[in-house]
Amino acid sequence: MISDLAVEVTGLRKSYGQHAVLDGVDLAVARGSVYSLLGPNGAGKTTTVRILATLTRADAGTARVAGSDVLADRAAVRRKISLTGQYTAVDGAQTGEENLRMMGRLAGLSRAEARQRSRDLLDEFDLAESAGRRASTYSGGMRRRLDLAASLMGRPEVIFLDEPTTGLDVRSRQGMWRVITGLAESGVTIFLTTQYLDEADRLADRVSVLDEGRIVADGTPRDLKEQVGGQRLDLVLATAADYDQISRQLGPRLVSEDRASLTLGAGTDGSGPDVRLLLDQVDPGRTAVRSFAVREASLDDVFLALTGHSATAPDATHEEPAHV
Amino acid sequence: MSELTAPMIMTGRALRLNWRNVDALITALILPVMLMLLFVYLFGGAIHVGTAYVSYVVPGVLVLCAGFGSALTAVRVCTDMTDGIVDRLRSMDVGGVAFLTGHVVASLVRNTISTLLVLGVAFAIGFRPHAGVTGWLAAAGVLLAFILAISWLAAVIGLLAGSPDAASGATFIVLFLPYASSGFVPISTMPTWLRGLARNQPDTPVIDAVRSHLMSLPGGNSTWLALAWCGGILVVSAAGSAFLFQRRAARG
Repeated sequence: MISDLAVEVTGLRKSYGQHAVLDGVDLAVARGSVYSLLGPNGAGKTTTVRILATLTRADAGTARVAGSDVLADRAAVRRKISLTGQYTAVDGAQTGEENLRMMGRLAGLSRAEARQRSRDLLDEFDLAESAGRRASTYSGGMRRRLDLAASLMGRPEVIFLDEPTTGLDVRSRQGMWRVITGLAESGVTIFLTTQYLDEADRLADRVSVLDEGRIVADGTPRDLKEQVGGQRLDLVLATAADYDQISRQLGPRLVSEDRASLTLGAGTDGSGPDVRLLLDQVDPGRTAVRSFAVREASLDDVFLALTGHSATAPDATHEEPAHV
Repeated sequence: MSELTAPMIMTGRALRLNWRNVDALITALILPVMLMLLFVYLFGGAIHVGTAYVSYVVPGVLVLCAGFGSALTAVRVCTDMTDGIVDRLRSMDVGGVAFLTGHVVASLVRNTISTLLVLGVAFAIGFRPHAGVTGWLAAAGVLLAFILAISWLAAVIGLLAGSPDAASGATFIVLFLPYASSGFVPISTMPTWLRGLARNQPDTPVIDAVRSHLMSLPGGNSTWLALAWCGGILVVSAAGSAFLFQRRAARG
């Protein structure tokens, strides 16, 4: 029976020693969609991908990928998937084209097919000019694109991308995003992990937020944004008493707090009416709020709102603020 | 894809990496030659073995040179294991046998070349073996068996080591053992406590066998002993590497 789910996961658990990395994860990814697993470092994203890509065994739970069970029918899964991990799998001492042809041959293509497909992919990924150069001379972004192209040589149905843009500069990230968007249009299923909300927002049809081994939220990027508001209204309060009172009053709209500076952050869509209404509600006497500012909500805000704790500080190499 | 395709592709890859890493290649080829010149010209005058020292020392240098060559294999295997490539290969159902076979065959090729180079230089500086065709074939057979065994052993070291640097360091035992063998000085000249080790380690029968075949000397049972050592190392390493590859690769 062919399911219209490309990935189906129930009750996935995995521990390393005493530490539970995955603590009952359920996922469903529709065929042909782009799905993003969003979470901070250490949330269990890579472990999930490794289990789905048949590299690691789960302690409990079931996972089917492209219609086959990852344990019982590992070989069938491996024929239909590709994995691009955080560490590129290209050989610096081989040229771009040699890397692709090798992966094509390993994926079962004939010499002629491997040659043809490597040329097509080099063109498609904007690497044709560098095809004859050793991959060690490539920039970080080019290496990632080559790595992704190598994973596509065998025409996989389900593509796993583990943090495809971590460590890349802004321009290279955008290059990767274009490539991934192009892939999505070709009808394959893409399962990507990321720490960046903007990346999930930009690429994914559906997002699950993973935190400490559990899925804490799941929905379209729009659903998620609505849970925290697209923006954050920072209120600087006059007194500690105001701070405490308004902190209670905000309830689920509270997305950040900093007692030292008497600043509270509330989720908002950033529109005039919403900000005005919020200010009137929390401060009808117009004495408690000393000043305010509307900022883009950060990944931290989403995490605080969804999980009650902060996400780990984003990677230092990623300089753009994550925004909703 | 036939059973042989993946090992062949992985061998092609390992050979390309071989030729292109020029620094490592030069080290692997030149160092054994330098060592031979060092022994023959610097130490040779002071060492008396009853024949021309160059004729005595060549088998030892060949074994030493196999050790250097295999050290590079340990580093390469470990580099791949700590890199993204091993996950990619596993997710494509390329197994440990194909992966390691590639590295071992590349090691065989590299070592064969450095062996020929050492022999060529040895001839140039006065090495005159007395072997006929059979003697040469027998010597080559023993050496190839030794290189094969030591290459698989290096692959195991590469799988066990946590980092390429550690892999490089861990091969020291392979590099040290030839000195404590019959390769450079007769065992009878060693301190008594060292003789036991020198007589009962794999390098000694390999060196004795190669020397006896090349110089047409009586070799006793050294050939069979050498092949037994090599076979044992090979079986244990190959089985161990299959197990270690699974365990190591599934980690994390």
